[in-house]
Amino acid sequence: MFRRRALAGFVLILLGLGLLVGRYVYLQVARHDEFAMRSTNNRVKPRAIPPARGLIYDRNGVLLADNVPAFRLEVVPEQVRNMPELLARLGKVVPLGQDDLNAFNKQLAQSRRFQSVPLKMHLTEDEIDRFAVNRWRFPGVDVVPYLTRRYPFGGLFAHVVGYVGRIDADDLQHLDPQRYQGTSHVGRSGIERSYEDVLHGTPGYELLEVNADGRTQRVLETHPPTPGRNLYLSIDVRLQKAAENALAGRPGAAVAIDPRNGQVLAMVSEPTFDPNLFVNGISQADYSALTDDPATPLYNRALRGAYPPGSTVKPLLGLGGLELGLRTPQDTVVSTGVFYIPGQKRGYRDDQRGGVGRVNLMQAIEMSVNTYFYKLALDMGIDRFSAWMGKFGFGKPTGIDLVGEASGILPSRAWKMAHSRQPWYPGETVIAGIGQGYWTVTPIQLAHAFATFADHGLPHAPRLVMATQGPIGSPRQPLSNPPSGPSLVNNPADWDAVNQGMQMVIYGPTGTGRSLASGFPYLMAGKSGTAERYSRTTDAYNTDKNNAYLASRHRAWFVAYAPANEPRIVVVAMLESGAWGAEDAGPIVRKILDAWLATHGGVIPGGAPAPAAAMAPPAPAAPAAPAAPATTAGAGGDNLPAAAASAGGNP
Amino acid sequence: MIGTIHVRARRFLRRILTRPRIDLPLAVGLVLLAAIGLVTLYSASDGDLGLVGGQAARFVLGGALLLVVSRIPPAVLRSWTPWLYAGSTALLVVVAILGEGRGSMRWLDLGVMRFQPSELLKLTMPMMVAWYLHPRQLPPRWKDMAVVGLLIAVPAGLIAEQPDLGTAVLVTAAGAFALFLSGMGWWRIGALLAAIGGMVPVGWHFLHQYQRDRVLTLLNPESDPLGNGWHIIQSQIAVGSGGIFGKGWLHSTQSRLDFLPEHTTDFIFAVFSEEFGLIGVCAMILLYAFIIGRCLWIAMEARDTYSRLLAGAIGMSFFVYVFVNGGMVAGMLPVVGVPMPMVSYGGTSAVSLLAGFGVLMSIHAHRKTHI
Repeated sequence: MFRRRALAGFVLILLGLGLLVGRYVYLQVARHDEFAMRSTNNRVKPRAIPPARGLIYDRNGVLLADNVPAFRLEVVPEQVRNMPELLARLGKVVPLGQDDLNAFNKQLAQSRRFQSVPLKMHLTEDEIDRFAVNRWRFPGVDVVPYLTRRYPFGGLFAHVVGYVGRIDADDLQHLDPQRYQGTSHVGRSGIERSYEDVLHGTPGYELLEVNADGRTQRVLETHPPTPGRNLYLSIDVRLQKAAENALAGRPGAAVAIDPRNGQVLAMVSEPTFDPNLFVNGISQADYSALTDDPATPLYNRALRGAYPPGSTVKPLLGLGGLELGLRTPQDTVVSTGVFYIPGQKRGYRDDQRGGVGRVNLMQAIEMSVNTYFYKLALDMGIDRFSAWMGKFGFGKPTGIDLVGEASGILPSRAWKMAHSRQPWYPGETVIAGIGQGYWTVTPIQLAHAFATFADHGLPHAPRLVMATQGPIGSPRQPLSNPPSGPSLVNNPADWDAVNQGMQMVIYGPTGTGRSLASGFPYLMAGKSGTAERYSRTTDAYNTDKNNAYLASRHRAWFVAYAPANEPRIVVVAMLESGAWGAEDAGPIVRKILDAWLATHGGVIPGGAPAPAAAMAPPAPAAPAAPAAPATTAGAGGDNLPAAAASAGGNP
Repeated sequence: MIGTIHVRARRFLRRILTRPRIDLPLAVGLVLLAAIGLVTLYSASDGDLGLVGGQAARFVLGGALLLVVSRIPPAVLRSWTPWLYAGSTALLVVVAILGEGRGSMRWLDLGVMRFQPSELLKLTMPMMVAWYLHPRQLPPRWKDMAVVGLLIAVPAGLIAEQPDLGTAVLVTAAGAFALFLSGMGWWRIGALLAAIGGMVPVGWHFLHQYQRDRVLTLLNPESDPLGNGWHIIQSQIAVGSGGIFGKGWLHSTQSRLDFLPEHTTDFIFAVFSEEFGLIGVCAMILLYAFIIGRCLWIAMEARDTYSRLLAGAIGMSFFVYVFVNGGMVAGMLPVVGVPMPMVSYGGTSAVSLLAGFGVLMSIHAHRKTHI
């Protein structure tokens, strides 16, 4: 039985092998002449042509990332007998750094022997000349032209545009080998990374005629590649420069957003670095210098830095109090200097010893009165508090078109239980009311939250890229950015009241940001924030008023928007070490606003002009009315609250 | 105690060397094949002695493994079988969870070397099917066939998922041959093949896009001038231009001028065909047929079901290598990663093949014993 089956199997196998031989007979006998001719005429090889990478412009067409021709040294491993010996000889003609050799050996190990491997990028004229003279000594080595990336503004856009880097072993794991044939660089960070797919394009190929040594004789056919699409950022170089100059190298960040559509107008993180260093492989020395710098220039503070927001978030909390029906704008609270949770001993202090007396919402925002917001947060409770603030995007990525955004922390019961396995204490709600405690936000998050507020509660995810473009000269295709959700404001009067309070920060006689008003022609609104880096150990007043000492303890924030009646720009500035929000971060915001105004020729159609003089101090107990933005604009009166009072109808 | 182990190990090694239990015709066939493989590799690698030396070292390692395995009696092998099968299948699961490989999950990194567990299944699969069938009534009934089908499908599915279609085909074939040799009825084989034929459209659905592309490229090679279509065209030019007598050793222009990709590994048989022509191809196929025939002879001489099924299945699956690789080189089958046995450079396949022949040697040596 088994013998018969085994014999049957053998017969089947012989039949299969016979079929195989039949195929070889067909190829080697019947079609031999044809293939012999094709073999002798076989001088055609395909070679991939990498696509040119899309260019990156600012909103006005200023070039931020350019392709420039360069030359690199490539080696075809198969044509080299003794690689170490060749590299040693070659090193005497063209200096090869250890970094070049490491990268080369890594790539050599994983490429096919007939594929050329780049050895040294960005050759100098001198190196090209010296190699050309000695080329005959190095079979399998060639100078090859390629396009390399150049960032003409250097560090100014390092944290936005990012940079490209040489493709390495890890990249090969996830890149489509067909699409990346012949390509040496891939987006590593910033826009270069998040828009890699758009920027890259599709490779083409050419058919080359080669001689018996494999050297190219001529090009027979060319199927050109499709270049990557160009990108237009919504950033304006002039605002970006103004923001960088205003930060003046101090560690911090500044972000400007157009609240009407979420377009980012400026985004700066200081200190910064030169992205051009990374393009052709950064040297170990340069890299160490960047990573060892205590100011961490590689760290994108705007996107990844999470800091306590401090008092900047008070207007949003105030809006929550109104929208949730817990307060009316005229409801007042007495600030005595210290606030106690009923039945508890620990006191939560105001900024001013003795407090400021009785204040309503607008005054509480104007003077940043802690007691008002301590009490409001406590009345709201942590659950409603975190639900409300979550709507403004705190505690989660904003969805900006960059990779690596930090989420920050929005405190909640669930977060604390997951984080420390502890229940929530009321005292933690109190300090959350002034943006302290566990709460951390990134500058982009805060800008996003206030852009949402400024657009009357309509959220738009921040966007850096506003349009793409095919070949140069073809029309730009704008990318739409529809609102990411419904408006957060149900009652326009609530918005008006908070807006009024934020205007009083700038124009009120006791406003924390009153120094910023002078000379700016349009009505603006803002809020300062001075967050403590370390938790306070006592509720005693700090008597050390030395600014350097305070700067070491404080993070300074300022947020502003203009024109206050119909906001078109929101600016956030943050200094990692700033003594006071208004005094230190405020001027940065003002300089960016000035630059923005200049880009519009100093004229904002429909923008309400700034009041000519500072507002009169409102009587502490007087029920102030929310401003009705558009109507106050026309009045242009000396006293904004007075004008507003006539217009605003209150329940 | 340690001394005893030491003495025993020494005795075992001495026996391996002084009284090797080998089947001379099979050994001669394998040595001849290895020699042809090295000669072809020398030409295909453009005289790279380092490459040839590395391959020779693999043959030495595989040969040593062959000698060791040939000393293990089939009865012992049989008792280990379920554990070996379970262990190698478990390793496949481990690879699926944490393996690493370029684009596909095939390798386990052992620190010293990278190891491909699917390679083990080429041997443990026919062992398991033979182990399962040996105490049962033959020809197998529907129930037994269903169990065998499951034993094959689980590891083969895991390997196909890696994705490594070539090895999955080889492992499935090895198990299926054991079933075939057990005397499964012809009409049942026909029904099974028809069912598999019916499953092809469904299977197509489960293939990765690149695998589908390979099949489609076979039908129209000109559509893919940078990828597999190029391989197929260049490989056929190499084979066809060799003619009846070939261009002579070291005179393959297709390989020398780099028109033929992978010319030391998957497509090395194209180099052989170009240099030695149809005569060389026929001689080579005859040599493979001789080795397969000898394996089946050893299978027929064995007394017990386990040894018969195992020896026959190992021999027949050797045919699958030759057929799939030879068909691929000649543009008859899609491009899948199946090497030409003992000729293609690299991989662990030469080592595992020789270990398989070690099993055959052992079965041959114990052909007179009942187990």
